Amino acid sequence: MLEAFTRASAWLIPAIIVFIPLYAAFRKVPVYETFTEGAKDGFGTAIAIIPHLVGMMVAISMFRASGAMDFMIGVVRPLFDWLSIPSEVLPLAVLRPLTGAGSLAFTADLIHTYGPDSMIGRIASTIQGSTDTTLYVLTVYFGAIGIRKTKYALKVGLFSDLIGFLAAIFICMYIFG
Amino acid sequence: MVNFIWLFLIVISVVVGAFNGKIDAVAGAAFTGAQAGVTISFGLISIMVFWLGMMRIAEDAGLLKKMAQLLGPIVRFLFPDVPKNHPALGYIMSNLSANLFGLGNAATPMGIKAMQELQKLNPDPAVATPAMCTLLALNTSSITLIPTTLIAIRMNYGSANPAEIVGTTLAATFIATAAAIAADRWYRSRQKPPIIKGPSQHLAPAAKPGAAAASGGGGGVA
Repeated sequence: MLEAFTRASAWLIPAIIVFIPLYAAFRKVPVYETFTEGAKDGFGTAIAIIPHLVGMMVAISMFRASGAMDFMIGVVRPLFDWLSIPSEVLPLAVLRPLTGAGSLAFTADLIHTYGPDSMIGRIASTIQGSTDTTLYVLTVYFGAIGIRKTKYALKVGLFSDLIGFLAAIFICMYIFG
Repeated sequence: MVNFIWLFLIVISVVVGAFNGKIDAVAGAAFTGAQAGVTISFGLISIMVFWLGMMRIAEDAGLLKKMAQLLGPIVRFLFPDVPKNHPALGYIMSNLSANLFGLGNAATPMGIKAMQELQKLNPDPAVATPAMCTLLALNTSSITLIPTTLIAIRMNYGSANPAEIVGTTLAATFIATAAAIAADRWYRSRQKPPIIKGPSQHLAPAAKPGAAAASGGGGGVA
């Protein structure tokens, strides 16, 4: 089942890449000209994101380097111990919404240290896989179109990260416990 | 909120860094962070250029409209204020399906393109619309069917059953997405109805019946 899926995923991109122009050609769309016409926008959009991404990445990497994260985790740790949840996964609650690469590296490290089939390894894998990097998504999507007032978008994203984090822990402890 | 988080991260970093005697590391991190930001943006150029080219072909061939129609009811429930058959819906669909299949580098360009289309319906280009917030909520919680990267990592470290986390991940991502949609709905219902002006005026009645039924009287069509 899984192998079938990974195989299908590998075919998906080539299938899309050949299907779209082929279908368009049947519809008498000048495929190459249309491609280059649309592709032109890509460069400007990517460049427009630079200031937003630099701003965010500076703040996030300062935050990680300062040891502030460890301090924040220290505050919540007793609660986790009390609920007998492995507190080794706690840094993910802070890292996951901030940095995709950072939390992936942290997850890989947990899996390496405690083993992929340990409770910690399973919980970390589930947390990492179940949500996306909220701050990155917000920065890139809103940065690209120049939104200055983000309204409630960030609150919704962080709320869903928190729920996903807790859900991952409790589901894993129930299923594998 | 973004202003607050940004300021909070920077101030806390300097204060805690000074306290921990890591002030050098904090200063260094500022510049490695800046570098990472530029590197990521440059990495985006190639995939943006490629996928936006592809998607323009899909748009001109009418494929995006077809996609929007296919999953019309769900999308119209989530985006009641986007006129029916608007190209934004097609891009939203492509973005969500790319996320679903774990095609991260295709999802981002399509999501950005969807935002650009939604921006065309926006009366005030500096302020996010409810539809933009919904699209963002769906992307931050991102439902993924199979977390391929994690399965690969677990395989590398010799897991007896690398894929055993597929079920738990699916359940957790489903709950996170449901929470995002619920929170988004709640905030929407507290919004004043948006003022629709200009070209979208004549489109509003067409979208009204479905929208009014689905939005529960929230920030739907004025």
